[in-house]
Amino acid sequence: MSDPGVPPSPARRTVPFRGGGFAPQSRSWISWATLVVVLGAWQGAVSGGLVSPIFLPSPWTILLALKSLIVSGELWRHLAASLSRIGLGWALGTMAGIVVGVMMGLFTSFRSGGIPMVSALYPIPKIALLPLFILWFGIGETPKIVTIGFGVFFATVIATFTGVDGVPRSLIRMGQSFGMPMFGIVRKILLPGALPGILAGFRISASTALLLVVSAEMVGAQLGIGSFVLSAGNLMQTDQLLAGVAVLSVLGLMIGLLLSRLEKWLLRWR
Amino acid sequence: MELSAEGIGHSFGALEVLDGIDFRVAAGEILAVIGPSGCGKSTLLSILGGLLQPDKGRAALDGAPPADSLNPLTFVFQDFALLPWRTVRGNVELALEHHRLSGPERRERVEAALAAIGLAEFKDVYPKQLSGGMRQRVGIARALVVRPAILLMDEPLSALDAQTRELLMEDFLDLWLDAKVSAVYVTHNLTEALRLADRILVLSRRPGRIKEMVRVPIPQRERTSLAAQAELAALSDTLWQSIKREAQVADREMTDV
Ligand SMILES: Nc1ncnc2c1ncn2[C@@H]1O[C@H](COP(=O)(O)OP(=O)(O)O)[C@@H](O)[C@H]1O
Ligand SMILES: [Mg+2]
Repeated sequence: MSDPGVPPSPARRTVPFRGGGFAPQSRSWISWATLVVVLGAWQGAVSGGLVSPIFLPSPWTILLALKSLIVSGELWRHLAASLSRIGLGWALGTMAGIVVGVMMGLFTSFRSGGIPMVSALYPIPKIALLPLFILWFGIGETPKIVTIGFGVFFATVIATFTGVDGVPRSLIRMGQSFGMPMFGIVRKILLPGALPGILAGFRISASTALLLVVSAEMVGAQLGIGSFVLSAGNLMQTDQLLAGVAVLSVLGLMIGLLLSRLEKWLLRWR
Repeated sequence: MELSAEGIGHSFGALEVLDGIDFRVAAGEILAVIGPSGCGKSTLLSILGGLLQPDKGRAALDGAPPADSLNPLTFVFQDFALLPWRTVRGNVELALEHHRLSGPERRERVEAALAAIGLAEFKDVYPKQLSGGMRQRVGIARALVVRPAILLMDEPLSALDAQTRELLMEDFLDLWLDAKVSAVYVTHNLTEALRLADRILVLSRRPGRIKEMVRVPIPQRERTSLAAQAELAALSDTLWQSIKREAQVADREMTDV
């Protein structure tokens, strides 16, 4: 019902619309179409002779190389070597990192001692320490695992103690007001409260681990995706080389997916 | 059990927050503490509950708590302080987990506390799924499950809208009149104080000093009657006159001096 007292003036106009936008969506057909277009252009460029297949093999050749690697079992041997290094190094670094991170989140002495150490050591590209670890532990698996563990450790320490810092003090006071013992407060309030931060740290530490395993394997290893990619390059087998890189991409994706699942399950209360 | 404040004074650095606070909460009494925001009400409550060490004076207890009381001095918080990763039941159970109780006894206590405050249907729900009023009910259930002798309540209804506040206040009053626990009830809301309290302690603006101690002369059960309403309105008016000026000045104060 319009207000009868006000007749429309000749200059009456619609209020101009100013909202909208800033709400991009993800359309799966565009995603797939982009992938198809890029791969198609790449394949076309190589098949049409625009690019030399030695420098950039076509997607199809890469796929064939990958297939032969799978069939011969070579891929699994390299993958298994890399995965066991990542697994061990990441697990050790993560455990140590969470323990130290919680201590730094709890105690003045650990915090005051820890922050300058972490600030000084975190920015070092950890691969630079590999030669030192080789001197310490000899050639073999240990220096690689220690390098990965070291890289993972610092990322985890930082994620953990910022996570612990982020737990509202009011929740801790609540625990104390009910007479909860110190250990109970750490286990039931501090750690679950820091979990979102720790899990976010897992993403960083996982990509650090992947980066470090490939670098370490390029420095000296018989087995592993890194050494495979390097030797394929030395032999100018670019199709094999890129097949190895594709495997790394899939590996990174899988780890990311796994972490998303883990987050969804552990943080289902959010 | 009776709780006393003996000459409590406190400063945060150079900021003097409380000065010379003396009072005594009798067994079964509800003492409301009102005062302008920033006058040190929360600080006082923390000191009373042993969460903060006062610079001067002390909080003291007389008499033994009831035999079945697991946590004689128990808080109810303004921001509820619920663990978001625990369900309603888990949050209430948290208060019992470090006490020696058999599994069935613990479950029974939790169920009883949840039922008493009207949360029976929400046991397996996470806090984020609840309204503010329901969240504070969880806070109250968690406080009751340890059979407190004295409840320390820091503006427990301030984060709620007016209607929810009204409902929760009535429910809380029923529970309290049954259980006969004492309470120190901090609020800045005169209506709440006049509905719930046996006595009202008025604090001045910062540094909080005792300005007045007023007894509400009508039993809680009778305060809803028309005659009582008139008397309470008059009392409310007197109290408001006494705190108005202070509230105005406190409102213009900067917090971070
Ligand atoms: N931990 C703290 N450190 C420094 N200042 C604080 C701290 N807690 C409270 N204050 C200050 O003390 C004063 C009283 O605070 P509070 O007791 O929370 O007041 P109220 O609960 O009456 O609003 C406020 O000015 C507040 O800024
Ligand atoms: Mg307060």
